[in-house]
Amino acid sequence: MVRNFPPDFIVRVDKEACINCLRCVRECPFGVHEYDKEKKKWKRHHEKCVACLRCAYMCPTQAISIEKHPMEYSPHPVWTNKVRKDIKTQAETGSVILTAMGNELPYLNYFDRLVLDACQVTNPSIDPLREPMELRTYIGRKPEKVDLEEDNGVDLKTKIAPNLKLETPIMFAHMSYGSISIEAQLSMARAAKEVGTYMGTGEGGMHVDLYPYADHIITQVASGRFAVHEEYLKRGAAIEIKIGQGAKPGIGGHLPGTKVTAEISQTRMIPEGSDAISPAPHHDIYSIEDLSRLIYALKEATRYKKPVFVKIAAVHNVAPIAVGIIRAGADAVVLDGFRGGTGAAPQVHRDHHGIPIEVAIASVDQRLREEGIRHWGSIIASGGIRSSADVAKAIALGADAVYIGTAALVALGCTVCKKCYTGKCPWGIATQVPELRKRLNPDEGARRAANLLKAWSHELKEILGALGLNSIESLRGNRDRLRGVGLSDVDLEVLGVKPAGR
Amino acid sequence: MCGLGGIFNRDGKRIPGNDIITMARMMRDRYDGRGGGFAGYGIYPKYAEYYALHLFFRDEEAKEATEEFLKDRVAIIKDEEVPMRNVKEIPKENIVWRYFVEVPHKFKSKKEYLAQEEDYIIDTVFTINDEIDGAFVASSGKNMGVFKATGMPDDVGRMYKIEKYKAYCWITHGRFPTNTPGWWGGAHPFNLLDWSVVHNGEISSYGTNRRYLEAHGYKCRLLTDTEVVAYLFDLLVRKQGLSIRSAAIALTPPFWKHIDKMPEPKRSIYTALRMTYAPAMLNGPFAIIVANRDTMVGLNDRIKLRPLIAAKSGDFVYIASEEAAIREVQPELEKLWAPRAGNPVIARLYDDVREEVIH
Amino acid sequence: MAATLEKARVSKEGEFVVIDAKGMHYPELNVLIEDVINQGAKKLKLINVNGQRFIADGLRGDYYIEIHGVAGDDLGAFANGPTIVVYGNVQDGAGNTMNAGKIIVHGDGTDIIGHSMRGGKVFVRGHVGYRVGIHMKEYKDQVPVLVIGGTAGDFLGEYMAGGRIIILGLQRLETYPEIVGDWLATGIHGGAIYLRDEVDEDKLGYGAKFEELTEEDLAFLRREIEEFCSYFGGDVDEIMNAKFTKVVPLSHRPFAAMYSDSKEAGH
Repeated sequence: MVRNFPPDFIVRVDKEACINCLRCVRECPFGVHEYDKEKKKWKRHHEKCVACLRCAYMCPTQAISIEKHPMEYSPHPVWTNKVRKDIKTQAETGSVILTAMGNELPYLNYFDRLVLDACQVTNPSIDPLREPMELRTYIGRKPEKVDLEEDNGVDLKTKIAPNLKLETPIMFAHMSYGSISIEAQLSMARAAKEVGTYMGTGEGGMHVDLYPYADHIITQVASGRFAVHEEYLKRGAAIEIKIGQGAKPGIGGHLPGTKVTAEISQTRMIPEGSDAISPAPHHDIYSIEDLSRLIYALKEATRYKKPVFVKIAAVHNVAPIAVGIIRAGADAVVLDGFRGGTGAAPQVHRDHHGIPIEVAIASVDQRLREEGIRHWGSIIASGGIRSSADVAKAIALGADAVYIGTAALVALGCTVCKKCYTGKCPWGIATQVPELRKRLNPDEGARRAANLLKAWSHELKEILGALGLNSIESLRGNRDRLRGVGLSDVDLEVLGVKPAGR
Repeated sequence: MCGLGGIFNRDGKRIPGNDIITMARMMRDRYDGRGGGFAGYGIYPKYAEYYALHLFFRDEEAKEATEEFLKDRVAIIKDEEVPMRNVKEIPKENIVWRYFVEVPHKFKSKKEYLAQEEDYIIDTVFTINDEIDGAFVASSGKNMGVFKATGMPDDVGRMYKIEKYKAYCWITHGRFPTNTPGWWGGAHPFNLLDWSVVHNGEISSYGTNRRYLEAHGYKCRLLTDTEVVAYLFDLLVRKQGLSIRSAAIALTPPFWKHIDKMPEPKRSIYTALRMTYAPAMLNGPFAIIVANRDTMVGLNDRIKLRPLIAAKSGDFVYIASEEAAIREVQPELEKLWAPRAGNPVIARLYDDVREEVIH
Repeated sequence: MAATLEKARVSKEGEFVVIDAKGMHYPELNVLIEDVINQGAKKLKLINVNGQRFIADGLRGDYYIEIHGVAGDDLGAFANGPTIVVYGNVQDGAGNTMNAGKIIVHGDGTDIIGHSMRGGKVFVRGHVGYRVGIHMKEYKDQVPVLVIGGTAGDFLGEYMAGGRIIILGLQRLETYPEIVGDWLATGIHGGAIYLRDEVDEDKLGYGAKFEELTEEDLAFLRREIEEFCSYFGGDVDEIMNAKFTKVVPLSHRPFAAMYSDSKEAGH
């Protein structure tokens, strides 16, 4: 049968510029470029091209450019080219379509319909370069009130629960060793330490190379319980229970055995080459009181010295679930919106489950306040945070801090080609192949990741200055400083934001 | 999202509420204090022939409106405030009143009107819950009552002076809600007429079950998934006449893979129940205890996603989420076991307790 | 914790430090256990235990802990070395994510016993519930072993990635007399399960298969059964003299063919 499947991209090579150095052959992990030395002929496998642009940028004569393939099926508004290609793929394989990174469907992006306020006349804006500007954020449980013994001097009677101290309200999201390389993890660990924030291990355990940065690392306990060991729990700065992920709410994960190398097997504490399967639920958590049991099992195991976070995908009922999580004893709830990235997810889940992070933050923050327990735990938002403006808007909606995943990887060189799950990341990030890993130098990676945090932090200070605020806590939950543009009444109500002009 | 417990005396011997409070307290790690409650059967022997309506009123106004409505519908034999202690852990949100009522004689001149009489009471309950602002019927059975509030169950028990009531069947529940806000009416047990239900877990099929029940005249207005369980038992057992065992087959049917291998006529029976009651099937993680005037039933979902332990000691039967709760009130047990998923454990008055094998 | 309370609770009995757990909530009990251990106790005897959770949770070291009563949820979770002997039943999750050590239960267990265990051993004299040994793993020389004297419910060894489970079926339930429930070893991709009876193939879950026992298997079973009998009594030869069924993974990569994309589809 004829496979009538047009390629997504076409590789154009300027033949005059090409010097037949074969660099592109070596650079492309997907086998797009092929050179027959005997016949001295080039063949470009356009259908394999993912538009990562690695070859184009490594070509010494800049002879290569990648374009969208001009051949398409006859246009149809419902039966789009993508729909038709997906059907053909599944007809060929009979299997689930796998993809990576975040939701690709054109749902409304609320961040882009929210605008920030600025001071004019009635209060002065602040120049953050010359005046104090504070971004420090504490993540964890706060007491209802502080009790002091003030008879002879002052004595603090209230015991403050363990909190994480962030010098900027931005952390690196959990991306496991296995899904990304140790070089990528090291880059973020160093950047986190330098800037005074944290990174997450994901569920792949903590590689020994990360131990020097353990004070800036949040360990994860996911459904596969890989690497979960009392020493691991005690080593990190905080523990995060991963229930779900915005890119694939309600389903588990799966690191194919082909990626479980010797080093990964050590870090995850599983045999080399065996599949690392993370079940969809934690099989000791089928209900909220079971979550509470795991939270306290972890607190007991670490003798109440580590804050315990719980991460969920933002889903329909996110507000009461998050309230339950905080009441169950979590020191922070992590909300992961449906634009959150992933190294691998079935396309159907990535694109069709969950809700946007903006509305999740707004409804959770509101519900916790209504119940009088907002101080019991922090809100960490993630899933599609692209810029300092998104950070500011998330915090104004009610988040305490954000996690960035995709943005951090882009800083390390990722071009979002969505092939992470192949393990052949051309930029050396989502791969365990030694030759590919060499493409990311952790010194350079650390510099770039730290730079991103510094630049966004600087912009956050500028944003605060324009708002006439000199500390991030005055923005937290301050929805008065947001206005909606082109949002429906219901959207505005859910976000707790007025329309522009009011 | 909770913990549950039940004590049932097969000889109908009535015991005070202390033990059920102890059971509830033993499972405190399972609750967060946003709902606790009890149901007792046999607590009103003097008024056993009347429907005992337990009502929550937000204020005097709601009470007056309800009484105005009740006067036209039923004969109130006696009414009084439900005795309560002040308990510092629970702010008193409601006036709690009980009414012993009967349906006026014109409705029960003939025997066959009995079923209609019960429907008439159900209609009365739904109308109050639906139409009178600030009024809520917590229970409506005979010789029984539900006592519940927002709080830890042992505090709720102290508040209602549960230890002063004697019942041959007690069930309790402590809540950890994740769907609906904690409010007194949202605490368990849920009751309709004789049926009381406590539930741990989530009925993920709620939307399907609710629409099925609504088509049969039930009104699901309590903002919680648990109410469908009470209504499904009422519909399947009281109105449609299924046995509790058959109702359990309808609610937690065996998988098709097992039904297909059953010998005839069993296969046809199970197939008919499963086909007919497809919209009644309860899906998602749950453990429930259902009680009525002569029965206590414990039931798990089909793949055992919630814990449930049953035990027997002489004429007493116990069901709870955790063994420790049972051991605390009765260390010496003849038998203690974890029932198989989907098999109802049925304790009946003047009969033995048994786990019905349907899975 | 008030010193007076501790004194009233703690006593010595030979080489044991005895703690009376009557009526205690678990955080208090576990702080007391921690205190006693910090003061040098190596052998502990907890009496009147009834449902307290997280006993020996995350405990590192070769302590010996006797529990008299019903041990609550997550007994020995994350434990790394201790030996725990329970004279009574255990609730859900005993041995959860345990790394090393032993749990010996003289009564029954409920659901998810040995969840995600990576090392150590759990022996249960009686029955266990659903999803026992779920996602057990093994790593290098750590091969967790779970030995059950009675029967096990559905989903035994679900997702199992390593380790060994032995179900002896020496006692049976009236309502479900079979040695094991349904969906046996579904998703298994490592390790092995031994059942001391014939098992209907229909019970096998996705990715599991039967395999003939080898001499090595029998030697292994004998060793473990000897240990089982050393705790609970019983005749090793008599127990060995029965038909065993062995369940192993079809593949170490059960879901390898589940996913695709257009590039891999050959388009």
